[in-house]
Amino acid sequence: MTDTVRTSAPSAAAARHLRRRRARDGRFRYYGLTAIFVALGALAVLVLTIGTQAFSAATYNVVRYEVTLDPAVIAPEGANRPADISRNVEGFYGLVRDNLLKTFPEAEADRVSRRELSDFVTRLAVLPTARLVANNPELVGSTITLTAPLNDDLDLYLKGQGVRERKIKAGAVSSVQGGQDGTFLLSGTGAFEAVVAGLAVASVDRAEDAGQPDVLLTAGVSTGRLSDIDAGSARMELLTGRAQDFAQARATARIILSAESERTISDRQIAWVLALREMGRVDRVPRWTLLTNSDSTYPELAGGLAAIVGSLLTMLITALVAMPIGILAAVYLEEFAPRNRLTEFIEVNINNLAAVPSIVFGLLGAALYINFLGMPRSAPLVGGLVLALMTFPVVIIASRAALKAVPPSVRSGALAVGASQMQTVFHHVVPLAAPGILTGAILGMARALGETAPLLLIGMVAFVGDVPRSPADESTVMPVLIFSWSNNAERAWEPLTSAMIIILLAFLLVMNGLVVFLRRKYERRW
Amino acid sequence: MLQQLGQLPMGWLLIALVAVFGSAAFFIGRVRAERLLVSTTSRMHSRPNYHGYYVAMWATVPVVIVAIAYAIFAEDLTRSQLTRELPSSFARLSPAELQSYLESVRMAAGTAASAGADRVFQAITNRYLELRGLVNTGTLVLLGLLAAGGIFFAQRRLHPNFRARALVENGMQLVLFLCAGVAIATTAGIVLSLLYESLLFFQKVSAWDFLTGTRWNAQTEAEFGALPLFFGTFMIALIAMLVAAPIGLFSAIFLSEYASPRARAWIKPILEILAGIPTVVYGFFALLVVAPGIRTAAIWFNETAIRLGLASEPILAAQPTSALAAGLVMGIMVIPFVSSLSDDVINAVPQTLRDAAYALGATKSETVKQVVVPAALPGIIAALLLAVSRAIGETMIVVMAAGKSARISMDPTSDLTTITVQIVSLMTGETGFDDPKTLSAFALGLVLFIVTLAFNVVALRVVKKYREKYD
Repeated sequence: MTDTVRTSAPSAAAARHLRRRRARDGRFRYYGLTAIFVALGALAVLVLTIGTQAFSAATYNVVRYEVTLDPAVIAPEGANRPADISRNVEGFYGLVRDNLLKTFPEAEADRVSRRELSDFVTRLAVLPTARLVANNPELVGSTITLTAPLNDDLDLYLKGQGVRERKIKAGAVSSVQGGQDGTFLLSGTGAFEAVVAGLAVASVDRAEDAGQPDVLLTAGVSTGRLSDIDAGSARMELLTGRAQDFAQARATARIILSAESERTISDRQIAWVLALREMGRVDRVPRWTLLTNSDSTYPELAGGLAAIVGSLLTMLITALVAMPIGILAAVYLEEFAPRNRLTEFIEVNINNLAAVPSIVFGLLGAALYINFLGMPRSAPLVGGLVLALMTFPVVIIASRAALKAVPPSVRSGALAVGASQMQTVFHHVVPLAAPGILTGAILGMARALGETAPLLLIGMVAFVGDVPRSPADESTVMPVLIFSWSNNAERAWEPLTSAMIIILLAFLLVMNGLVVFLRRKYERRW
Repeated sequence: MLQQLGQLPMGWLLIALVAVFGSAAFFIGRVRAERLLVSTTSRMHSRPNYHGYYVAMWATVPVVIVAIAYAIFAEDLTRSQLTRELPSSFARLSPAELQSYLESVRMAAGTAASAGADRVFQAITNRYLELRGLVNTGTLVLLGLLAAGGIFFAQRRLHPNFRARALVENGMQLVLFLCAGVAIATTAGIVLSLLYESLLFFQKVSAWDFLTGTRWNAQTEAEFGALPLFFGTFMIALIAMLVAAPIGLFSAIFLSEYASPRARAWIKPILEILAGIPTVVYGFFALLVVAPGIRTAAIWFNETAIRLGLASEPILAAQPTSALAAGLVMGIMVIPFVSSLSDDVINAVPQTLRDAAYALGATKSETVKQVVVPAALPGIIAALLLAVSRAIGETMIVVMAAGKSARISMDPTSDLTTITVQIVSLMTGETGFDDPKTLSAFALGLVLFIVTLAFNVVALRVVKKYREKYD
C-alpha cells in the first residue's frame, strides 16, 4: 500500500473559486424564490384590490322616507288601475322629493339647491315601491316607510371614498351671534385651534392648484360652512339646521380637501346627507340588488341579474352542444378510429383548435351564424354555439385522457364474454371514465364562462335591461357586463365592477370546487 | 287559422316531435320484437331493444334532417314569397332597406301586436304570418309522413334473424365519426370564412398596402396600413414575454429542483389559478391599478429628469393607457403557461443526468444551468412559443388597457393598439358586412390566425422531437 494521502490544503485560489461557486449557487436559488414570490404577489395584489373594492360595494346606503300615499298623487282618477300605479314613477318620486323638501326647507330658496336635493334619489329608485303598492291597493291612502338607495356619489361619500376630508373635533363654542348678511359669528376660547392647525397641515399635502379647502362644521343635524377662521372665532354660513345647535354641542369640523367645483357633490349636499344620517334615516344595508336587479344607467340601481341569466342560458347551449359532440368524438378517436391519415388530420385539427385565439371564434360566429345563417345578434343561442366550438376541443382532449386511463383489461373482459365493441365501450369503458370526462367538461365550461372577446363580436355587448326569457332573446353575459361597466366613467362603477367580478369568480370557484370534489370522490387508480 | 300556425314556437315543437317520434318508434319496434321472440322457436339475432333502436333510427334521422333544413330555409322561403307579393311601390327600396323592413315585419309578427302601425304594414304582417303558417304546416305534415313512413318501413323488416344490432351500431359509429369530423368542419369554417371575407377586402384594398402601410385609420378615413397594429402587437407581446419568461422559467426551475414536495403541492395549483382567472378581470386590474401607477411613475420620471437637467422636455409620453400596463398584466397572465409546461419538461429530464453532474462535483445551480436546462431546452422553447401565441391572441387586456391609437413608437408608456383591439373596435360598430371596415377585421383575423397557428405548429413539432429523444 502506498500512502498517497493528500496533505496540502486546497490553494487559496481554489478556495476562493469554491466560495464563489457556492455563493452563485445560493443566489440562483434566490432567483427562483423571487420569481415565485413575484407571481404569487401579483395574484395576491389582484385579488386584494378587487376584493376590497367589491367589499365596499357589498353594502350601500338607503334612506327611509315616511310618505303618505295620497291617492290624488299616486292613483289619480283615470289612472288608478294597478298597471298605472306600478308605472307612476313621477307620482312616487314627487312624494319622496316633497318629503326631502319638508325635512330641509332651506332648499326651497333657489332652483340650484332644489335640484341638488332632488339628486338624492334617482327617479327609477321608487319603482319597487310603486310595484308593491300596485299589488296591494289597500295601501293607498296610508302612510308607509319608503326606502330608496342614496345617489351613488353621496353613498361613496358616506363610505368615506368619494371626497377626501379630515375630521377634527372643535372646541366648545361659547357664543353665536347673527350678523346682517345672514352669517353667524362663532366664538369661544381656543374653539378653532385644532381646525387652524388642521388647515395648516392640509395645505401642505394638497396640490398647489386645488384652491382653498372648504371647512364644514357639524353639530347634530346642523351644518355650516366656516370662513375667516382663527383660534378663537370663525364666521359661519349656515347650510342646514339651526345656528343655536352650535352653542350647545361640541361640533365636528370637516376639512374637505378638494374645492366644491371639483367635486360631484356640493357642500349643501354633504350637510343634508350628514343631517339625514344624524336623524337615523340612513341605513347601510347589504346590496342584494346586485343579484336581483338588471343593468341600469344609475350605479345605485344597477345589478347583474340579466347577465347572470344570460350567462346560464349561454352555458346551457354550450353544454348541450359541446359536451355530447366532444365526448362522442373522443370515444370515436380513442376506441374506434382506425390509424390512418384522416384520423391523424382530425387530431392535428383538434390540437390546433385548442390553441386558436378566442377572438377568431368570434369572427367565425359573426360570419357563419349571423351573416350567413341569419341568426339573431346578441342572443345566448349564438353566443352558446360560438363558445361550444371553442370548448369542444378542450372536452375532447380531457375525455380522451380519461378514456385512455381505463385499463385494457376492462375492454378485454367485456369482449371475452361476448359484448360487441359498441357495447364494451358504452356499457363499461365510458361509465368508468365518466368522472374524468365530467371534470374535463366542467373545466372547459368554466373557461367558456369567463370568455369575453368572441361574444363582443356577435353583439352581446348591447345594453340589456330585461332578463332574457329564452336563448333567442337579446342578452348579455357576466364577463361582458364587467367589460361594459368598467367603461363607465362615474367613480361609483369601480366598486360595482369589482363586485360583479367577485360574483363571476364565485361561479368559477364553484365549478372548480366541483371538479376537485369529483376527483377526490371518484378518482381511481388501476 | 293559418296566421295562428305562423306563430307556432317551431323550435321547441320540433325538438318535442323528434323526442315523441323517437320514443314511439322505439316502443313499437320493441313490442314487435318481443312478439317475435314469443312466436319464434329459434333464437333471435338481436335483443328486442336493438329492434326498438333500429325503428327509432328510421323514425328520427329523416325528421332531424328536415328539421335542420327548416331552421335554415324557412325564413328565406317565406321572405322570398312575400317579396314577390309586395305592392309595386316597394320596388323602389334597396335590398338592404327591404331586408330591414322585412325584419321589422318579422318582429311585429312575433309579438302579434302591430296595433297603431299603418294598414299596409299590418296587411303585410298578416300575409307574412299566413305564409309562415303555410310553411310550418307543410313542414309538420312532411315530418309526420316521414316518421310514419320510417316506422312502417323499419318495422316490416324486423325478423328473428334480422341483424338489428349490427345496423344500429353502424349507425352509431357513423354518428361518432361525424362528431369527430366537427373538428375538421370548424377548422374549415374558420379558414373559409376568414379567407372569403379577406378576399372581399383585398379586392378593395391591395394586400401589399395592407401589410406594409404605416397609416391605420379604419374608423374615419379608410386607411388600412396595418403595420402599426403589427408593431403594437409585437411590442406588447414582447413586454409580456420579458415579464413571463424569466418569472415563469425560474418558478419552474425552483418548483422542480428546489421546492419540497409539500411546497410544490401548494404553490403549483396556486400558480395555475393565474391561468383560470378570466382575462376581463386582468383587463380591469390593468385599467384600475397598473395603468394609473405607470402613468404616475412616468410623470415622476419626466419631472425628475427635467429637474436634474437631463432633459428639457418630458421624455416619456405617460399616457393614461399604455403598452407597458397591458404588457405587464399580460405577462402575469402568461406566467403559468410558461411555468407549467417548463415544469413538465424539466421533470421529464432523467435523474441519471443530474446524478452524473453531481458526481463530477457540480453544484446544484451548475447542474441546472449546464445540464438540466439544456436537456429540457426544446420543451422550454415550445412553452415560450405557446406563451407568445397566447400573448398575441389575447384580447381583453389590450382592449381595456392598451389604447386605440395606431402608431409606431418605442416609448412603452405611450398607448399602442394591437390587431385584436382593432378587430373588436371594428366589429362592435353598426356596420354591414359589405363595409370595408368590417372586412378589414377579417383580414386582421386571418393574419392573427396564421401567425398563432405558425407558433403552435412549430411548438408542437419541437415538443414531438424532444419526446422522441428520451422515451
